Amino acid sequence: MEGCRLAVNDLACRRGDRVLFRGLSFELNAGEALQVVGPNGSGKSSLLRIVAGLLRPLVGSVDLQGPVGLVDERPALDEHLPLGRALAFWGRIDGGGFISWESASDRLGVTGVLDVPVQYLSTGQRKRAALTRLLSQQATVWLLDEPLNGLDTAMARECERLVAHHCGVGGIALIASHQPFDVTGLKAIAIEDYAP
Amino acid sequence: MSAVGTLLRRDLAQMFGGGRRGGAVLPVLFFVATAMLFPFAVGPDPVLLAKAGGGIVWIAALLAAILPLDRLLAPDLEQGFFDQFAVRGIAEEAVVAVRLVAHWLSFGPPLMLAALPAAALLGLHGDTLRTVEWGLLGGTPGLAAIGLMIAALTVSLRAGAALAGLLLIPLAVPLLIFGAGALSTGGQSGLALTAAISLLLCAITPFAGGAAIRAAREG
Repeated sequence: MEGCRLAVNDLACRRGDRVLFRGLSFELNAGEALQVVGPNGSGKSSLLRIVAGLLRPLVGSVDLQGPVGLVDERPALDEHLPLGRALAFWGRIDGGGFISWESASDRLGVTGVLDVPVQYLSTGQRKRAALTRLLSQQATVWLLDEPLNGLDTAMARECERLVAHHCGVGGIALIASHQPFDVTGLKAIAIEDYAP
Repeated sequence: MSAVGTLLRRDLAQMFGGGRRGGAVLPVLFFVATAMLFPFAVGPDPVLLAKAGGGIVWIAALLAAILPLDRLLAPDLEQGFFDQFAVRGIAEEAVVAVRLVAHWLSFGPPLMLAALPAAALLGLHGDTLRTVEWGLLGGTPGLAAIGLMIAALTVSLRAGAALAGLLLIPLAVPLLIFGAGALSTGGQSGLALTAAISLLLCAITPFAGGAAIRAAREG
C-alpha cells in the first residue's frame, strides 16, 4: 500500500448553474483519513466523484496515486442475480484482492444472503455487499459516500473498524458523511466553509 | 484481457439468459410476427409476396432492432456499473465494444435463423432467400451498432426509448437501401456495400458510445 497519495488543489465544482464549492484544497498521505461533512446538497458526493475522476471540476486539479475503490448509493450489482454470483462477477474483474470476496462477505455478515437475488435485499444489505466488494478489491484509496446509510449500529461500528484498519495498513480513506464517523486520527473538513 | 472475457460473459448471460434486458427472444418473435402479418394484409398472391418478400424481411429486421434499445445501456448506468468500471480503469469504449459484440450475437444470428420461417411464410426460396440471408449477415452488425450508439446517446433522456426508435429508422436507411436493393439488382455489390457500412458503423460505435456515456455522467 506504499506510495498512495491524494492531493486536491484549489478545487471548484459547478452543478447546473450553481457553484457548490471553490478553493478547496487538502492532501492525504498513506494512512490518513478525512471526513467531509456538510448538509445535503453541499457538494460532498460531487467532491468524491471529482476525486474518482467521474466528474470534471470547474477549476483545480486532483493528484491521485493508487488504485481507487468507490462505494456510493448505487451498489452496481445485477438485480436479478443471486448476491453471490453478482459479487463473483466483480471478483473476476478485480482478479483477487487482498482477501477474497468470500471471506470479505463473511466479515460483513452477508454469507447468509449470498443465494438471495439482489433485488430482494434491503438497503443495509446492499451497502454491506458494496463494502464486501470494496474489501476484496485491491484499492488503496477508499472513497466512501455516506457509508453508514442503511447500516445498523453494530455494522456501522464494523465499518468504522474497517476504515481504521485500512488506514492502519497504509491506505487512504475519504469519507463523505453527515453522520459522525468515529475513527481515531480522522481529520474533517466542513464543505460549507468553501461555499462561494 | 480477462476483464474483457468477464464482461462478455456477463453481457451474453444477460442477453440470452432471460435476464432483465428482455433477452434475444423478443426481437426474434417480433420479427417473425411482422413477416407473418404481411400475407394477411396484402393477400396470399404468391407473385406479389415473392416480389415484396425480401423487402418485408428487411423492414421486419429493422423494426426488431428497435426493441432491445432501452435495455442495452441504461440499467448499467443507473446502477453505477460504468462508475465502478471507470475507477478500475476499464474504459467506456471497451465496455461498449464488448456490448456491441454481445448485442450482435444475441440479435444477428437468431434473426438469420428466424428469417427461414419468415421466408417460408412469404414464399421466398432459392436465390432470393440466399440474398436475404447474406444481406442480413452483412447488415445486422450495422443495425446492432446503430442501436447501441443511439442507446448511448439517449441514455440520460427521460423519453429515451421512444426517441431511440425514431432515431434508428432514418439512420438505418442506407443499410436498408443497399441490403434490400441487392434483391432487385441481384448483384453482390449491394451486399458488399451493406457490409462496408456495417463495418464503418461498428468501428465508430465504441468511441461514440464511450463519449456519450461520459457526457451522460457529467449531466
